[in-house]
Formats: sequence, structure tokens, C-alpha cells
Amino acid sequence: MSTVADTERRTPSFVDSVSLIAGREITMRLRSKAFVISTAVLMLAVLASVVLGSIFGTQTETTKVAVLAGATAVVDESDALEAVPADDGAAAEQLLRDGEVDAIVAPAASEPLGIIVTGLDSTPDSVVRALSVRPTVELLEPAAVDSTLAYLVAFGFGIVFFMSALTFGTTIAQSVVEEKQTRVVEILLSTVTARALLTGKVIGNSVLAFGQILAIAGLAILGLVLTGQRVLLGGLGTSVIWFIVFFAIGFVMLAALFAATAAMVSRAEDIGSVTTPVTMLVMLPYFLVIFFNDNPTVLAIMSYVPFSAPVGMPMRVFLGTAEWWEPFVSLAILLATTALAVLVGERIYRNSLLKTGARVPLGEALRG
Amino acid sequence: MLELSNVSKRYGNRLALDQVTFTVGDGRLTGFVGGNGAGKTTTMRIILGVLSSDSGTVTLGGDPITEGDRRRMGYMPEERGLYPKMKVLEQTVYLARLHGWTPAAARRNAVELLERLGLGERMDDTIESLSLGNQQRAQIAAALVHRPEVLVLDEPFSGLDPMAVETVQGVLADAAAAGAPVLFSSHQLDIVERLCDDLVIIAGGRIAAAGAGDALRAEHGSERWELLTTGDAGWLRLQPGIEVIEFDGGWAVFEAESDAARQAVLAEAVARGEVVSFTREHTTLAQVFKEVVR
Repeated sequence: MSTVADTERRTPSFVDSVSLIAGREITMRLRSKAFVISTAVLMLAVLASVVLGSIFGTQTETTKVAVLAGATAVVDESDALEAVPADDGAAAEQLLRDGEVDAIVAPAASEPLGIIVTGLDSTPDSVVRALSVRPTVELLEPAAVDSTLAYLVAFGFGIVFFMSALTFGTTIAQSVVEEKQTRVVEILLSTVTARALLTGKVIGNSVLAFGQILAIAGLAILGLVLTGQRVLLGGLGTSVIWFIVFFAIGFVMLAALFAATAAMVSRAEDIGSVTTPVTMLVMLPYFLVIFFNDNPTVLAIMSYVPFSAPVGMPMRVFLGTAEWWEPFVSLAILLATTALAVLVGERIYRNSLLKTGARVPLGEALRG
Repeated sequence: MLELSNVSKRYGNRLALDQVTFTVGDGRLTGFVGGNGAGKTTTMRIILGVLSSDSGTVTLGGDPITEGDRRRMGYMPEERGLYPKMKVLEQTVYLARLHGWTPAAARRNAVELLERLGLGERMDDTIESLSLGNQQRAQIAAALVHRPEVLVLDEPFSGLDPMAVETVQGVLADAAAAGAPVLFSSHQLDIVERLCDDLVIIAGGRIAAAGAGDALRAEHGSERWELLTTGDAGWLRLQPGIEVIEFDGGWAVFEAESDAARQAVLAEAVARGEVVSFTREHTTLAQVFKEVVR
């Protein structure tokens, strides 16, 4: 037998194999034009939304009104109204009819407020609101978070989870089927274990998914800071950290499931139908959090169900409705489920890889 | 020495391998022949650990094969395939590194091998851009780049042009000369016959015959004789204890019941006219195969 210097060759460890496989996944993905372009587009979209948000956010809406002498003082008191002085009633009416102003404010001694507001065809609500006198309001149990902001944050968590999990889940599925379709998998399996192959794929794609999310987060934070929207950042900190932790583990679970289901088919065309159940699991939390972000019961359930916890729990942390220990319990449940998903996934993956042709039935894939 | 003993494998209700037992000696080129669906690919997959057997053992040098041993085996699966979008060199280096070679050594091995296989000019092209013949060569490189110490090749010659067949034959012979056990399957019995020291014949999941090629030929080849005379050899059919296999004018191939019957044929031929030749026919592998599988 030929002998080779040990310095040139050694039996690779599991970690060696996994890092080689993960490295190949990353290199090949970064070389793909489709991936680079779609990432660039996504980044631009995030940057654009932050910048546009800042532009529209700083503009305070003012309404123009024609003011007759004697009412000027009242109008000037309101920040929301811009006074357009009119010489007399006829001139003011002309301005209103031309659409130059939304209403006429004229002095009227007989009125309780001392003015009268004239509109064109409907009550000019914004003007009325601006001129109204409001009583001071006190809330016994003020909501911690503004509901619009809550919706935006829910949408943010939901869409980032949904997009990343779907994009990289599909990437894993394609990569698994590519190896099966091109038959290269048999050479690979004669060299490395199915577990190393699966782990390498999951880690490689997780690194990419994570890199993309961190880049998006970094860009968004940078944008917010540069455009002076620091206020929005303050409340998000803890929940974003939880989101990242939950996402890291939840993504591994989904990746294992995507890889396992994809291994059951032999052609790229069949990926869509076979991964549909997993895709549903990814889409569900997205829709739930958007429709039910103001429903504490649904959010509480979501925050413990492993598939929706990566969105549900950070959302509750943000809203301040979760006790300090709740994310840890949910995380433990997620970890256990992920371990189970990886074990079952590996079994399906290993049993299906060499079965080409028709789709492998789930029962057979589990039994082996 | 690679040794299989009592290896069985069942797919559902079908027994794909039934107590398969044979050895591949160090430095022995061993041909693995059998019809379609006889169990060749299943056996090879089990040797490589790609499939697990239901029972039986596979040992290398007397010890059960470990993952580490398998890293030092070269395998060419029946179902060919490489990553279509990876470059030839890059892919070959990747496979060598998966087998545990350092990056520099993996690259050196890959370049050497690809040049030997005539792919030196195409190293930076993607696999999908190669012609089918060159893809097959790249496949051979993938099986050999890690300098395997045991070779298991499933139909290594199918789809190769004559030049590549020559190269692969050389590579196999080199490996065997270096002391590696080499097992390869092929439907091209002439190549097997020319190359192999040993033969393993499988039929219906069972080993029908195994051993040195010469021994098998002696054991399973029926004794045939070839007679060429200047006259017509039609009288041969009437000779007692003789069965004519093939016949054409003055030429005939026959089997004799006994030495006496054969001697009688020769005497009769000499008496009838001029004998051009009277020889014992060399048994071909195809004959052995048909005989054994029948």
C-alpha cells in the first residue's frame, strides 16, 4: 500500500467536514448573481424606507385657512393652521371656491368661541379639530406602547422572519435537491456522513441568513441614527436581542425541516409541492402577528408555540407583557423542538438521499 | 484484503443480496460481473457504507471497515454526477479536501491527475460546460484524487472513449501494482477478461462463482475442440460421443464425451483428408458467465 506523509493527509473530524461543506455552500451562494442582486435590492429597500420615513415623518401637516380681520389671533394660536389673510368676505369666499384654502375663519361675536368656520361642501374636520378646545385627559392604565408603533414593530419582526426563513429555507431545499438530481450525493455520502452533510448545509445557509439579517439591521440602525430617529430605537433594544436569539435557533429547526422534506424528491420542479407544509409553518406567524398584535391571548400562545415563538416572544417583550422568565421558558421549548426536528430531519434526509425517481413516501423515509 | 462475508440486503419483499461472500485480494484486480439487477451496485454501496446491510460483515485487512478506512477508498458510483456549476479543478480539490488532504496537497494531486486525464486545459471550466466524455474523465478524477488505497468502481468504463478507457485501465493497473485491492464492475466482458486477475460473478443476489480467472475458466468452461480441415466436416455429426456446437464447411467446434471419442475424431479426420488444425478452444469469460449463471 502506498504511504502518505501524515502532514498532507489526516482523517478529517466531523468539524472539518462540516466547515468544508458549509464553506462550499457559502462560496457558491455568494457567486450566484441572483443572490447578490436580490440582497442588494433588499438592502436598498430597507435604506429607502428608513430615509423616506424620516422625510415624511418630519413634515407636519398644515392646513391653509382664509382669515378675516378679527379672527387672526385665534388662528395664529394653532400650529396646524396657516393663515391666509383675506380683505373681506367675498375675497375669502373666492379663495375657498378656488381651492386655495380649506376653510374661512371669520369673527362672530355671537358665537361662544367668537369665530365662525365656513367650509365648501363638507365640514373641514382638520380646521375644526385645530380650533377645538380639548379637556385634559388622564388615563388610569396608559398603554405602554402606541398601537401604530406596535403594529410597525410586529410587521417588522414578522416580515424579517418570514423573508429570511423562506429565502434561505428554499435555498437549502434547492441545494439538497441539486445534489440528489446531479447524483453527486453518492460520492459525498461515500466520503462524509449524512449528518455532516446536513449540518454543513444548515450551518452554511444559517450563516448567510444571519449575515443578511445583521446587514439589514445594521443598515436600518445606521439609517435611523443618521436621520435622527433615535426615539424609535430606544424601545426596541431588548426585543431585538431576543428576536436574534430566537431566530438563530428557530432557523436551524426550519432549515432541518426544509432539507429533510426536499430530500424526499429528486427534481427541482417538485420542491415547491413537497416543502409546502414547512412554508406554511413559516408564513403562519407572519400573518398571525400582523392580525393579532393587539390580542394578548393570541400573542401569548404564539410566544410559546415553537414555530411562531421567534416572532411572538420578542413582540411580547417589546409590548412589556412578558414576565422576565417567559422568554427563557419559550426558548427551552424551542430548543427541545429544534433538537427533535434535527433528529427526525436527519433520519428522513439519510433515508431519502439515495432514492431517486418518484417522491419518497414520508412513512418510508422515516422507517428507512 | 477486502472481505465480504454473508452480506444480505432486503428491499421490501425482494431479497437483493443473499449471503454474499467474496474477497478482493491486495494487489488483485477483481472483476465484478453480473446481469442488470443482479446486485452489483447494492454490494458496492454496502462496501462504501453508503447503504447499510441487513446482516453480514465487510472487513478490510481482517478488521471491520471504519469511517476512517472509507476515507481512503476510491468510489465511482454507477450514477455519475458532480456539481454542475463548480469548476473542474475546484471540485476535484474540494473532494480531496473532504477526504482529509491539506489544501496545497489536494491541489497538487488534482492538477497532476487532471493533466494525466487530459483535462489540463479545462481545469477552470465549469463541469456543465464540458462534453459528456470530459465529464466522465472529471468523474474519474473525483474518484481517484485522494489517492485511494482501495478502489471500488461501478462501471468505470461505461461512456468512455477508447482513449479514456486506456487511461483508466492504466490507472487501475497502477493501483493494483501498488498493492491496492481493486474491485470494478463492468458489462464489457472483454475488458474484464483482459484486465482481471480474479472474478466475482453474481446472479440474482447470490455469488455464483468467485476466484482466480484461470481457475474459473478451467472449472466452468466446458472442454471444446476446434477442427479445421480442407474437406467438408459434415461427417462429424455422425461420430459417436460428439456434440457439434458450431459448424461451417471444413470448420467445426465440438464437445467430446470422452478422450477416446475425441481421439477417434482426429483419426477419422486424418483418414478423410488433410487436417489444417486441431486445437483446444480457450474458454472465454462470456462462456464462463453463461455457464455459471445458467
